[in-house]
Amino acid sequence: MELKNNVPVGELSEKWTQYRSTMNLVAPNNKRRIEIIVVGTGLAGASAAATLGELGYNVKCFSFHDSPRRAHSIAAQGGINAAKNYQNDGDSVYRLFYDTIKGGDYRSREANVHRLAEASVDIIDQCVAQGVPFAREYGGLLANRSFGGVQVSRTFYAKGQTGQQLLIGAYQALSRQIASGSVKMYNKHEMLDVVKMDGKARGIIARNLKTGSIERHAAHCVVLATGGYGNVFYLSTNAMGSNVTAAWKAVKRGALMANPCYTQIHPTCIPVSGDYQSKLTLMSESLRNDGRVWVPNKIEDAEAIREGRKNALDIPENERDYYLERRYPAFGNLVPRDVASRAAKVACDEGKGVSPTGLAVYLDFASAIERYGKGEALSKGIKNPSSSQIIELGEAVIAQKYGNLFEMYEKITGENPYKLPMKIYPAVHYTMGGLWVDYNLETNVPGLFALGEANFSDHGANRLGASALMQGLADGYFVIPYTIGQFLSGEIRTPSIDPNAKEFEEAEKNVRSLLDKLISVKGNKSVESFHRRLGKLVWEYCGMSRNAEGLEKGRKLIRELREEFYQDVFIPGSADEFNPELEKAVRVADFLELGEVMMVDALNRNESCGGHFREEYATPEGEAKRNDKDYAYVAAWSWSEDGNHKLHKEELTFENVELKTRSYK
Amino acid sequence: MKLNLKVWRQKNNDSKGSFETHTVNASEHMSFLEMMDVLNERLISEKKDPVAFEHDCREGICGACSMVINGRPHGPQQGTTTCQLHMRKFKDGDTIVVEPFRAKAFPILKDLVVDRSAFDRIIQSGGYISVNTGQATDGNSVPIEKDLALKAFDAAQCIGCGACAAACPNGSAMLFTSAKVSHLGLLPQGEVEHTKRVQSMVAQMDEEGFGFCSNIGACEVECPKEISTENIARMNRDYFKASLVSE
Repeated sequence: MELKNNVPVGELSEKWTQYRSTMNLVAPNNKRRIEIIVVGTGLAGASAAATLGELGYNVKCFSFHDSPRRAHSIAAQGGINAAKNYQNDGDSVYRLFYDTIKGGDYRSREANVHRLAEASVDIIDQCVAQGVPFAREYGGLLANRSFGGVQVSRTFYAKGQTGQQLLIGAYQALSRQIASGSVKMYNKHEMLDVVKMDGKARGIIARNLKTGSIERHAAHCVVLATGGYGNVFYLSTNAMGSNVTAAWKAVKRGALMANPCYTQIHPTCIPVSGDYQSKLTLMSESLRNDGRVWVPNKIEDAEAIREGRKNALDIPENERDYYLERRYPAFGNLVPRDVASRAAKVACDEGKGVSPTGLAVYLDFASAIERYGKGEALSKGIKNPSSSQIIELGEAVIAQKYGNLFEMYEKITGENPYKLPMKIYPAVHYTMGGLWVDYNLETNVPGLFALGEANFSDHGANRLGASALMQGLADGYFVIPYTIGQFLSGEIRTPSIDPNAKEFEEAEKNVRSLLDKLISVKGNKSVESFHRRLGKLVWEYCGMSRNAEGLEKGRKLIRELREEFYQDVFIPGSADEFNPELEKAVRVADFLELGEVMMVDALNRNESCGGHFREEYATPEGEAKRNDKDYAYVAAWSWSEDGNHKLHKEELTFENVELKTRSYK
Repeated sequence: MKLNLKVWRQKNNDSKGSFETHTVNASEHMSFLEMMDVLNERLISEKKDPVAFEHDCREGICGACSMVINGRPHGPQQGTTTCQLHMRKFKDGDTIVVEPFRAKAFPILKDLVVDRSAFDRIIQSGGYISVNTGQATDGNSVPIEKDLALKAFDAAQCIGCGACAAACPNGSAMLFTSAKVSHLGLLPQGEVEHTKRVQSMVAQMDEEGFGFCSNIGACEVECPKEISTENIARMNRDYFKASLVSE
């Protein structure tokens, strides 16, 4: 299969504008007759459904939650990037584009990334107009902060709850369309299959989670905005319900899964504390604006800390290794996530970890507290402030910036991060891989679109902080409303799709037999126990660093686990009732297949790039070693029941940036 | 630590529910929901029906979790959702009573799961600013006083969990509704529609079967985001003003 990315011709900076001005349109009278299904109500889904409704299409929107507002975009903390250059620090659309391409380790598509950078400025305007209460300066204008991998201040934020505020904005826009009747909302519905007619996506099969009934929903096209697959690792910063099922069902119907091995391990999460743990909690990257990462210089000190004989405050300044500042002086604590995560792993592998498990490093705010305290004292006219005064003033500044994060840390760990440095460790956070899409965000299945984290297109092998919110909203507000017209303009003569067609019948049967198969195993092990074991396998063999031998082994073990799952899983109750265990089982069944394809992809990619670090391909200093000659392509996989998953390549061409070894030194 | 749990079990809204007693071994580092996971894993291993409860992000922001623990929505810790409540707040041997959020407008789906879609309908009745995608002017074109933006933010922090209505003896949704009215009404962008918004949201709230506010203040005490009842006072003033200006 040849993958056509449909990138328009022309100058990079003109492509989107020209394309937008010349693309096919659907007239208002025809929009009224056209139906669109949107699955997912996170930033991408809610913004898409709302905007398509505003344009006059008939939208049906689905969420497995009890309300669209619960989608996991809500939990994003730090902020959203935009090339506004309000800080006059040299930012521009081109610089945001360049930072994103470089941050992604030259594995994303130039034209998509440039369009993203262009849309970023409109997103901020739109969100402000909706009433998103972004942080402001005393003059009343919008405030910014810095995120990793960049040297400008372009991140807009609302304390540590930016995702919440942006999602509520999109949710309100969606609610307005629901009230106007242009969007019909289906809460507590989970999509379990895509229905294709004559090769085009024409609907979905969904399970009503409240009643267990199986429903057919027809439309002229289907948009998936169903998020990432980080929960394949079991322990991640994703919500418990985040899953790959909708995307994976699309793969089963012929869509391609692109770059599944690119997963982002976020450097600053609260470390694992026990076997019962159900999820990991992120501490926003914004904390690295002010926090300094370190471990003790001496292994004996680290041991003493692990055994509780010493604590961080017992280690004098000259016996601490601020390893990010030492290794990467140009970016310091604000190196990109993949680099910071690997560096933490190296420190802990050397025996310098500071939690009882040995898997934690410090994130220390003492010097920021002192710096801010002195500044505040000066501006308040306090002469010769005492050190306790300085600390008090400094802590107040930190509280204003990150108060909710510090509180959350204290609730979870029982330690006060104002007094003792935070302990942090990398954890799975985001997946750059996803459904393969062209420039129109259309998968290789005509009429099937993928937005936000569910697609692969913008972040290459590593996503920069505060760019996920940007991409979700760019796709939903400013890209799909235009590009969907390219497909739908060819459908204006297509009458309403008939949900009684044989294709719907076949898909419904397919779903019912899957549910029956799972329910009727009646084995002895819980769904959760399989999910935990799967997560451990994927983390061990396809986590922060991978090698060929491990990946081969991991793949074999996953296949064995999958077999065991279908022989020994126990799901209480029946399929025709409210049954959360069955919901989980369907999701875990899909993760058990996806996990295998991740290993296959990681094994195929004989290079290290971004979040994909193959131990065999590293420089002597331990940095990732890319191979642009052989691997500057998108690896898009089709699924095959017999295990011969097929690779389809989209070559990446770089016409505007020079491929360089990424350096943050 | 060993705990005695009295958990509410109910098949659906039409059936009668009752308490079921279980003993659970937990660790003080667990979150409350992880302790419930332990209970459910055991029930599943005994081929019994696990306790249904809502949960998702487990970091205190999605608003899905919704238990009444020892008589208090989201349990004993101030400003904390159930998922962020940790077992170190309890003692070995404690008896813990776990019930669903109870309010007339929240029918029970199963066990501890209730239907909170009434909140969505309140937002749909006017909890938004009518601006289509693409209509916005530059984000910095209207300066907004920092303190005002923060005040709007404080109200906008509501996670829509329903603890306020569950805590209220009248099952009122005044804190939820007023938080949205304040968030949007305090900002210049939201001013244009403010009068209409406050009227239609209050009307929808009544239609959903939420009770009246009698200034008890339990909602503020139990709100995991510590949203202030000042918002209720502000909404009452605005509602009164709105009924004067419209006929």
